[in-house]
Amino acid sequence: MSIDWKQYDPNGFFDELIASPGEARHPAGPLIDYLSELDAKELEARRQMAEATIQEMGVSFTVYTEGGNIDRAWPFDIVPRVIGAKQWKRAEQGLRQRLKALNMFIDDLYNDQQIIKDGVVPAHIIEKSKNFRRECIGMKPAYGVWAHICGTDLVRDGDGEFYVLEDNLRVPSGVSYMLENRAITKRVLPELFERKDIKPVHNYPARLFDTLVAISPRRVKRPEIVVLTPGIYNSAYFEHAFLAQQMGVELVEGSDLVVGDDDCVYMRTIAGRERVDVIYRRIDDMFLDPDVFHKDSVLGVPGLMRAWRAGNVALANAPGAGVADDKVVYAYVPEIIRYYLNEKPRIANVKTYLCDDPEQQAYVLDHLDELVVKPANESGGYGMLIGPHSTKKEQAQFARLIKENPRNYIAQPTLSLSTAPTLVSKGKVEPRHLDLRPFILQAKDTYVTNGGLTRVALRKGSLVVNSSQGGGSKDTWIVNGEE
Amino acid sequence: MLSKVAERLYWTSRYLERVENTARLVSVYDNLLFDLPREIDISWYNLVELNGAQALFEERYRVRDERNVVKFTLADDTNPSSMLSSLMLARENVRTTRDVLPPDSWELINELRIFAAANIHNGINRSARYEFLDHVIKSCQQINGLMNGTMSRDASWQFLRIGRNLERVDMVTRLLDAGAVAQIQGEAETNMAISQVIWGNVLRSSSADLSYRRTMRSAITASDVADFLLRDPEFPRSVRFGLGDMRHAVTRLPHGKAVTGQIDRLLKAVENADVSDLAAVGFRDLLNEVQLDLIDLHQSFGETWFSYDEPEVA
Repeated sequence: MSIDWKQYDPNGFFDELIASPGEARHPAGPLIDYLSELDAKELEARRQMAEATIQEMGVSFTVYTEGGNIDRAWPFDIVPRVIGAKQWKRAEQGLRQRLKALNMFIDDLYNDQQIIKDGVVPAHIIEKSKNFRRECIGMKPAYGVWAHICGTDLVRDGDGEFYVLEDNLRVPSGVSYMLENRAITKRVLPELFERKDIKPVHNYPARLFDTLVAISPRRVKRPEIVVLTPGIYNSAYFEHAFLAQQMGVELVEGSDLVVGDDDCVYMRTIAGRERVDVIYRRIDDMFLDPDVFHKDSVLGVPGLMRAWRAGNVALANAPGAGVADDKVVYAYVPEIIRYYLNEKPRIANVKTYLCDDPEQQAYVLDHLDELVVKPANESGGYGMLIGPHSTKKEQAQFARLIKENPRNYIAQPTLSLSTAPTLVSKGKVEPRHLDLRPFILQAKDTYVTNGGLTRVALRKGSLVVNSSQGGGSKDTWIVNGEE
Repeated sequence: MLSKVAERLYWTSRYLERVENTARLVSVYDNLLFDLPREIDISWYNLVELNGAQALFEERYRVRDERNVVKFTLADDTNPSSMLSSLMLARENVRTTRDVLPPDSWELINELRIFAAANIHNGINRSARYEFLDHVIKSCQQINGLMNGTMSRDASWQFLRIGRNLERVDMVTRLLDAGAVAQIQGEAETNMAISQVIWGNVLRSSSADLSYRRTMRSAITASDVADFLLRDPEFPRSVRFGLGDMRHAVTRLPHGKAVTGQIDRLLKAVENADVSDLAAVGFRDLLNEVQLDLIDLHQSFGETWFSYDEPEVA
């Protein structure tokens, strides 16, 4: 028995591959035809092959548990997600525009604060922000760019349009999984790559390298670039190692670096100390430098902020870039785009209610059972209330939290996240909800990945796609053709 | 190159070499015990003694039989030098040096670990032991071959080379020592000339039997085997070759001069060794000294490269 696409029912949600019962969306046509030729046994064989490949490639992520850290194989669904190139082009332009404006905004906040003076965003946006760093005031990073690497979360609502769910401007992860997903799919479904129009994703590490070279403070032919990881027990260690390897640069931990009396950063090598020009840091601001932030951090490098402020080393992303990662700032991004670029936003925000506005708060408190409430500064899907799936008790708890600290909460309508066919058991395909995280690089030039990392909620009906909470992933194809 | 990465590479190749050596040792022993006359008491327990792991073994097992020794040597995760432990450690080191090793090396070592862990019962039970160990040995050779064929001869390569040679030299001296002990015990217990069997076994444990034949063109005698394994200039597992290769590697590294003197002294000691009577006290003392010098050498590597740092300029 092969898949009967007439029986596939996305239950009213926008489906990425299937337009109506038995009928594929245009860009997904060849994929659906191909899958229809495979019987249940063959599909299962391909799934097992993917599993074995992941094991052999050692693609893993770390889950923190009470009993210690577990290295889990990366959960992967073999059915790719397909997006038409024209539609992607629009999303890509929207992302470029958004990042440009966000970087201008961050640069403004740490310098003239013109946007506040002009009354476009309220002053409390920085006064009460957990991610505004006074230590960064007056800094002027190269090209005015603070967030060099960004992983924006996009969702598709019932209307099939892309919306920005959140901007991850601190240390977004997942890009290595995007690359590995493609590598796995090429091994498992090689026949499909005979079609020539699937846009490649493999040039990301090279573009990342170019971005990092561009921000080197020393104009030398070969600036020394390093990836700074918290170490092997970090959940994204796999990715840190992967990117360092792909770029051909050193992977370092804080203990490998030292700041000299000359305010330059050096790494400890077999030949002695070597000057470092650019640090792609994968540790949070607060752990970067125990002299300035958390005193007991052993992950960072004492004196690193001193070196950065002296202009002797570039940090990507720049410290303090997370100020624009706040979900309250998020609500203002359309205004921010209009203010700096005098353009209409090309990619929309999800409707967002700010709880520190009395009217909006009243609406949120009245509709807790319908809305998703999020803390302003958490990531990874923690500390959220998903209204329709919540109990009265949880709603009451969130009502209290919101009233106590309105600045710290926003609310959004529950989205009808799009679905895509996902292999759920032996040869059986069902719709599962998903999102998309493209990666955007910015320094001298801007680069957007072809597609990105598609994360899928593997549990039926679930909207939570985070890998730490039962999410999986899919390869993402940008192909020619429109729906 | 980062000091820490250098140290991990050095350990990667040491552990990898140890995995291969351990697998070969058990495989050769398996064969050997079929060949020995029944009254000769060369037991599996020699493998434990060879690795100097008697105390740990006694803690874990009461009976010194084949099953326990093989389990201890191949599979026991409380034994830090068991084959599986070494493989895990090799994998951890590759995992943390992926950025300087050929991408496929990570995949290969992962495959090997998955295979070894899933099939370890085949190593413990006798019927499929040979096939199992053969697969492990071939996989190690595949990884070494990959590195050999694709890596630049930069600092990374030199540290792999140093680690591999140190482990090899260490193993050969252990094998020679075990041979000498077996010879002494065997002669005490029986009049039979078991020398051939013992020293043939030592050669096979070093994959040296055919090279020995071609080079020495003589029957297997204790003195000739010791001479070959200590001093042959061409055979890649001889002590002399290993030390020479190590010497060449360190001169390609910054501050390498700090350790060449030590290596030269070792080379000289090996050159002057008296191999006429292996049962004599002098021979075993020499092996013991070489072992101690190797430990010193390991420490010097650490001081020279792995914890290297200049004092702050005042």
